[in-house]
Amino acid sequence: MDADSVAWERRSVVRVVPPVEPRKLAKVPFVELADGRLQGVVSSGSDISRVYVSSITAGTHALSCSTNNNRPCGGLHGSACKHLHALAGEAVLQYGLDRVARYLRVEVSEGGSLMGCLNGRPERAQAAVVFSRFLRHLAYLEVPDSTEPLPELHWFPAMAGVR
Amino acid sequence: MLDAQCGELLRAEPPGVAEALDVVAGFDDALVHGFARLREEQAAALGALRDAAAGSPLGDGVAEAVEKTIAGSASHGNLAVLAGGRAALFGAVHDALLASLDGALGRTRATWQAPAVASDPAASAAASASAGAPATEGGASPETPPTGGSASAPEPGGATPGALAGAVAGASAGAVDNLLGGCRSWLSEVAIAGWRGVDHDLVSAADQAIEALLAVPHLRGLAVLLDGLAAELRASSPVATAERLPARRWADLWTRALLLSQSPSPGARAEGSGGGPADSWRGGAEAVSGRLLILGADVHEHGTAVRVQVHGLLDTGDGSPYRLVRTSVAAAKVDTIVGPAVWRLFTGHPVLMGALAEHRSVEIESMVLLGGGDLLWRDDHARLGEAADPFTTARVALGTAVAPPVPPLDRHPVRIAEPVLVEGYTTDGHTFDLGGNALAVDLDRLPSCGPLTPELVAASSACLGLLRWDGGRWLLQPMAVQATVKRKPVALHTGDWAMGPTDPKVVKAEAKAGDVVAVLRERAGRLLRQ
Repeated sequence: MDADSVAWERRSVVRVVPPVEPRKLAKVPFVELADGRLQGVVSSGSDISRVYVSSITAGTHALSCSTNNNRPCGGLHGSACKHLHALAGEAVLQYGLDRVARYLRVEVSEGGSLMGCLNGRPERAQAAVVFSRFLRHLAYLEVPDSTEPLPELHWFPAMAGVR
Repeated sequence: MLDAQCGELLRAEPPGVAEALDVVAGFDDALVHGFARLREEQAAALGALRDAAAGSPLGDGVAEAVEKTIAGSASHGNLAVLAGGRAALFGAVHDALLASLDGALGRTRATWQAPAVASDPAASAAASASAGAPATEGGASPETPPTGGSASAPEPGGATPGALAGAVAGASAGAVDNLLGGCRSWLSEVAIAGWRGVDHDLVSAADQAIEALLAVPHLRGLAVLLDGLAAELRASSPVATAERLPARRWADLWTRALLLSQSPSPGARAEGSGGGPADSWRGGAEAVSGRLLILGADVHEHGTAVRVQVHGLLDTGDGSPYRLVRTSVAAAKVDTIVGPAVWRLFTGHPVLMGALAEHRSVEIESMVLLGGGDLLWRDDHARLGEAADPFTTARVALGTAVAPPVPPLDRHPVRIAEPVLVEGYTTDGHTFDLGGNALAVDLDRLPSCGPLTPELVAASSACLGLLRWDGGRWLLQPMAVQATVKRKPVALHTGDWAMGPTDPKVVKAEAKAGDVVAVLRERAGRLLRQ
């Protein structure tokens, strides 16, 4: 290991989680690379209280889309529905194409689109797990503010994002 | 900070710091491999920790804990004592560094007053330790074994974090104890597996405990710490094959989390202090009134937390010297709330945010000031005062202000954030040259929620910043700069956008993304209560 790495390993404050880019959240409020999938939640265009849970599995690129009540998406036949396209597009905005492609283990040629390079088949996946992760995500917004000293946060400085 | 003061600070390398950090590095390496897989090298490193603690009140406890750990029979209590030994080393390093900073700057620092909760042996032991040899500070002392650490085998599987979430709703003392016990179990498992052995299941095992911790206000520090650590472990997975690991950082977080997970002693609980470990850590409190003159804002952030910590001078109006204080507001968030959007989370504190954005002073009325110089912000106890330029405040009053002492258990170099004003330097954009003394600028710490950029730093002629120490050197974290841009003088501060961005380009970019906080709150309102 080189001297830079040793110095890095001996610092209390280093960036470990790569920054994410800001993006609009109205259509796709939740995207994550977790549990071996690119997964997230897409708001329904017609019913404000309905959402679709969509996912693409890393490696096999199996596609899944259903409502949060586990009813299959009518648009997913053989090829990806509009929800999956929206999910992939927003994931690329949030994490960058490289990171998403690496996670899904797909080669995207220069100038190519992520969805254009996936040819996985539709496969039913459990929407409930992803949906409950989304609810947990939303629950953070309901945690009250704290004015305690919280010295722990000195380990987590706000760092420059993508400028 | 004058050229000569800077020179003295940079030249003064307190004796023993490098040696102490070498001992820590050995311990951190053992934690990378895992206590279940200690080889001769790591066992020797733990031996070095034992030797370093020998002669301090922690000596016997650390010796026993090291022996048990090498034998593979360490209890949770033993691990807590190891964490205490590591924290004590950093406490000593912190004290030496801060003393050398105070010496170089001629900064007066008040002495630590032991908290009023005298019946809490952990707190009083820590406080008395701090008055004596600095190396005796740290967590659990051997005389006060952590309540949850039994001398027997690790707790059975029944106490896994997963079992806890539902039990804590009322945050009764028993539920809090269970929750803290779950955290200790998880941290023990992590130590036994080592960072290299942490897999997806082990990281996920912390989820429910973190969720439950977030519901208990006095355990917020532990909650944000574990949440941040878990996110980093996830981002680094598979950890087993990662090229390099942030060994110092993760061991710091593990240590701090384990100390925060100790259940309060019955004495502390009898005082009616709420039952949190934090209560015995933060020292005495007093109610203060007066004028707060803001020096600048420091922003802390990870995926699910953001905090604005304001540094300022408190003028109590009774002729006593100005006091350096910190006051802060933390909000929970999600990773997609980034950049200037984070300020939207602080709209519940309009006086503090208004003062930051408009460079005004604040009149405060009976707010609680803790022993470590932290003012517990209450927006309803504050009103906006007159205009007050932070650079003027620093030039006129920072030099003679009295700095607060640091609570014993918070003494770690990472907490050092001492406001200073530097001017009359030349710069290449990475270091400020003050009369031949090169002070490094921490350009990583220019948050994306504010207007400061590396270009502004490079064009600057004066900088209000925080002196920090990491990786063996002093760094200056800018909070504000005076610079010349397009032949015009400008002054920009980290908190300038506290009421919304003022740069038209940033306003436009924000408008394009929409109000992400409002979108998510709407979704939460609709979906969480279905």
